[in-house]
Amino acid sequence: MIPAAFDYKKADSAEEAIALIAEHGDEAKLLAGGHSLIPMMKLRLAVPSVLVDIAGVNDLSYIDDRDDHIAIGALAKHRSLETSDLLIAECPLLAHVASKVGDPQVRHRGTIGGSLAHSDPASDLPAAVLALGGSLVAKGPSGEREIAVADFFTGYFESALSEDEMLTEVRIPKAPGSSWNYQKFNRRAQDWAIVGVAAVEVQGATQVSLVNMGSTPLRASAVEAALAGGASAAEAAEAAAEGTEPPTDLNASPEYRSHLARVLTRRALEAGGVS
Amino acid sequence: MEISVTVNGANQSSEVEPRTLLVYYLRDELGLTGTNVGCDTSSCGACTVHVNGESVKSCTMLAVQADGQEVTTIEGLAPSADELHPMQQSFQDNHGLQCGYCTPGMVMAACSLLDENPSPSEAEVREGLEGNLCRCTGYHNIVKAVLACSGQDVS
Repeated sequence: MIPAAFDYKKADSAEEAIALIAEHGDEAKLLAGGHSLIPMMKLRLAVPSVLVDIAGVNDLSYIDDRDDHIAIGALAKHRSLETSDLLIAECPLLAHVASKVGDPQVRHRGTIGGSLAHSDPASDLPAAVLALGGSLVAKGPSGEREIAVADFFTGYFESALSEDEMLTEVRIPKAPGSSWNYQKFNRRAQDWAIVGVAAVEVQGATQVSLVNMGSTPLRASAVEAALAGGASAAEAAEAAAEGTEPPTDLNASPEYRSHLARVLTRRALEAGGVS
Repeated sequence: MEISVTVNGANQSSEVEPRTLLVYYLRDELGLTGTNVGCDTSSCGACTVHVNGESVKSCTMLAVQADGQEVTTIEGLAPSADELHPMQQSFQDNHGLQCGYCTPGMVMAACSLLDENPSPSEAEVREGLEGNLCRCTGYHNIVKAVLACSGQDVS
């Protein structure tokens, strides 16, 4: 399968990339690792007429210690998240979840910024970042703005980024030594999660998010409220599917996904000792 | 557009259409047909090559993305025409293939795995080859070949 023809532009800086997408409008797409975009282009689900390759913007692949948070450049690859000593120490959930994306070849190419901007509700990293909280930095022609993670995922494959903006940085609050767990349920190696659950303790509160239980990654608010009110892990997990709209596909019905959400939430809370 | 890629140590300058996938550039432009196209959906790993020393699926990368990079294919592994790379030899010694279609990708993925983890456990080999499908062997001899190549006793 070959993508439809497009013009290819290489940007050497975020500013150059932003100028190029401003010039070409909604016909243009940013290309980082390409592991979400290229498969969609091969299937002609995406037919951009201009690709702006940002993979060469070297100063956006950092993972930096910034006092109370970790700043991750949008072009940091999954493999570098997975193996980062800083992340493993300060934000182990994110390093672990990065190691569960796709397979090694995918993790050598895919980037955190690409995964978040793609906003696939079935992806691992968006849900992990949502559970952790923090914020995302978007750069556009008129400058930079910070978007709270809770406001970022707005719909099915849609985010708060506007057409002329580029995601440049992910800011994750440090959570060293806190309890965490990630449950990814799939039938075959390297598949997307049929349902996934991330649970992590952040400043004394338990934050839980769900993969593939709606049109965006979701916080399991009812579970979090039950835990805050003193419920046990098993009791709180019963509320995992509340307020969700799980999709139906070849793998699972909405009812089965709801069942999985409850079971996986209980496992995440119990295995991680998070509750 | 004009790209310049180092493939198996040799510099290649070529004119490619931006939509050309790396695997078709390698096979059709350069004649390096050892890299196979399997599923063409980044699942099976038959098209695995190394880009700057790391395994990638060349059906999910554009040739233009390899501009200025170093690519190694299965043809570039063996030290000479008479000698196999230790991983290739280990696949042969341990019967790590039947039909052979997945083998080039499997060998490239296995080399990348040992670069990152020189002495993996059996479970780590199985997980590390998660991105490569083999429909013949049931994986046992492939895993054995990789463990043997890492210097571990598989007898």
